[in-house]
Amino acid sequence: MATQHSRSAARLMMAPAVVLLLGWMLVPLTMTLYFSFKKYLPLRGGDLGWVGFENYTRFLTSSAFWPSVQTTLIIVGGVLAITVILGVLLATLLNQPMWGQGAVRILVIAPFFVMPTVSALVWKNMFMDPNYGLLAHLWKLFGATPIEWLSQASLTSIIMIVSWQWLPFATLILLTAIQSLDSEQLEAAEMDGAPPIKRFGYITLPHLSRAITVVILIQTIFLLSIFAEIFVTTGGAFGTKTLSYLIFQRVLESQNIGLGSAGGVYAIILANIVAIFLMRIVGKNLDA
Amino acid sequence: MGRITLDQVSKSFGDVEVIPPLDLTIEDGEFTVFVGPSGCGKSTLLRLIAGLEDITSGQIRIDSQDATNVPPAKRGLAMVFQSYALYPHMSVRKNIAFPMKMAGIAQDEQDRRIEAATTALNLTDYLDRRPGQLSGGQRQRVAIGRAIVREPAAFLFDEPLSNLDAALRVGMRLEISELHERLKTTMIYVTHDQVEAMTMADKIVVLQAGVIEQVGSPLELYNTPCNRFVAGFIGSPKMNFLEGEAAAKYGAHSIGIRPEHLNISTDEGAWKATVGVAEHLGSDTFLYVHPEGNEGETMTVRVDGEFAVRHGDTVFLTPREDLIHKFDAEGLRIP
Ligand SMILES: Nc1ncnc2c1ncn2[C@@H]1O[C@H](COP(=O)(O)OP(=O)(O)O)[C@@H](O)[C@H]1O
Ligand SMILES: [Mg+2]
Repeated sequence: MATQHSRSAARLMMAPAVVLLLGWMLVPLTMTLYFSFKKYLPLRGGDLGWVGFENYTRFLTSSAFWPSVQTTLIIVGGVLAITVILGVLLATLLNQPMWGQGAVRILVIAPFFVMPTVSALVWKNMFMDPNYGLLAHLWKLFGATPIEWLSQASLTSIIMIVSWQWLPFATLILLTAIQSLDSEQLEAAEMDGAPPIKRFGYITLPHLSRAITVVILIQTIFLLSIFAEIFVTTGGAFGTKTLSYLIFQRVLESQNIGLGSAGGVYAIILANIVAIFLMRIVGKNLDA
Repeated sequence: MGRITLDQVSKSFGDVEVIPPLDLTIEDGEFTVFVGPSGCGKSTLLRLIAGLEDITSGQIRIDSQDATNVPPAKRGLAMVFQSYALYPHMSVRKNIAFPMKMAGIAQDEQDRRIEAATTALNLTDYLDRRPGQLSGGQRQRVAIGRAIVREPAAFLFDEPLSNLDAALRVGMRLEISELHERLKTTMIYVTHDQVEAMTMADKIVVLQAGVIEQVGSPLELYNTPCNRFVAGFIGSPKMNFLEGEAAAKYGAHSIGIRPEHLNISTDEGAWKATVGVAEHLGSDTFLYVHPEGNEGETMTVRVDGEFAVRHGDTVFLTPREDLIHKFDAEGLRIP
């Protein structure tokens, strides 16, 4: 089929998609780059001309920058750790034959379909509210003083909320991976004298390593840009200001588009470093 | 030691009884083959012995010790799976060492056994490879190596050769037979291929629908099959069966005659027939002939060497009287 004719036809057919994708990506990217070299304050004089790399240095040297990088990494790392560990355990459990397996599986997947804003609001008001939240009632039941989750344990709270959203995704991917494990391998290990824990460690976990890498890769890319959960819960207060939230504040709260764009470019670079790094791991994993 | 006794062992999956209660003894050092058509319960029986499935009723004894509720790892049996079930992320060395590592055997003893096993199995050059980088035959040998180093009381093989191509299969068949000669350990070997059964076994157990049809040495089964099923299953090409008039002459409901026990001639004989397909292999000639008056039937005739007939030729067949098998209406052998 790879004739000259079919190839040019293929190109023609793909063109709209390619053009759309390029436009989708290139226009915002170019605009971000363009604004990052300008002093642009919409409410205080508008476009005030080119300033070279001043926005970049200002963004880096601002006192909020490094804490925001740290916060981002803590949230991403925390969520990854929780979703991967719990995901492996849940997938193992769900893989056991049990009554109502189909229904349980759907229930486990459900949180993934809840919008981030909604789930964050649900957590904030129904679980974490220090007066009438479910967790507050639980604490009172044991005679303890309820924790003001979003101010006293703000990072933990956000990690909990985001983990709750991403756990289904991790579980789903890991469950399909577990299901693809050849049961004869487990039986061989059983006959070779490996007790259940060792079978898990020597057979199941290595089998899952590729799926775990994929989960980490995909989640990292999405987690680097979480925003809604922070916006509706702490609003960036109590040390929950991530890099993307900082950029949002620079642009919308300080009305400094140039500075925010420079931050955006840093975020792009950071995301790409992570992506390249992870691609390599996955690539190595896929080769083996 | 490895004497395995099944006493009224049965297995049901839910309501379906796959194996009705059966008795079977496998002597120490014996090469026993379970043979039967696909789905007859060979694997299930093997897995019951291995302990990978719980038996529904009855008792399994290994060396006269009750092993019915002993977990698989403690039965001292090693299994080679049809899919080989090698651990894909471990090197050949680690695969073979795995059971010893689990048993906590000292490192130098492990090395000694790996050395011995891999030398015998021609695997020394591949110790650091992953299973994915090996050919089918090599994987098979790794799986056998992993079983050998455990020094088990008995080896269990579940259709170990069915994933190999024909030439390799013959080679591996010899290797496994040689292994048995060398180790003298009890081996139970499951296959649906009667040629494998005939060539390898000391004792063949023919199964159909979970029921043991006959137990015996290959030649016992060949010479005195106890019913039509065994007669038809053992031997290649298959035995010819005749019913009606031809059988009545021998006082039987049906008679069976093996393709190699028919004398053939182009001018005279007991039965007249027309040649359908003739396969000339050089060493043998296989003729598929249609007997006169019953053209819908096909009989197979094996002739040593070359026999020059073609499609449509007329031939005459004469059975060797002493080698005719007689069966009654239930398909049981009439002595
Ligand atoms: N885990 C199982 N659950 C239900 N039925 C099974 C199971 N394993 C095997 N069977 C049934 O038992 C019968 C025998 O299977 P098997 O022992 O695998 O046959 P063979 O190895 O002789 O081809 C088959 O009819 C199969 O469908
Ligand atoms: Mg089978």
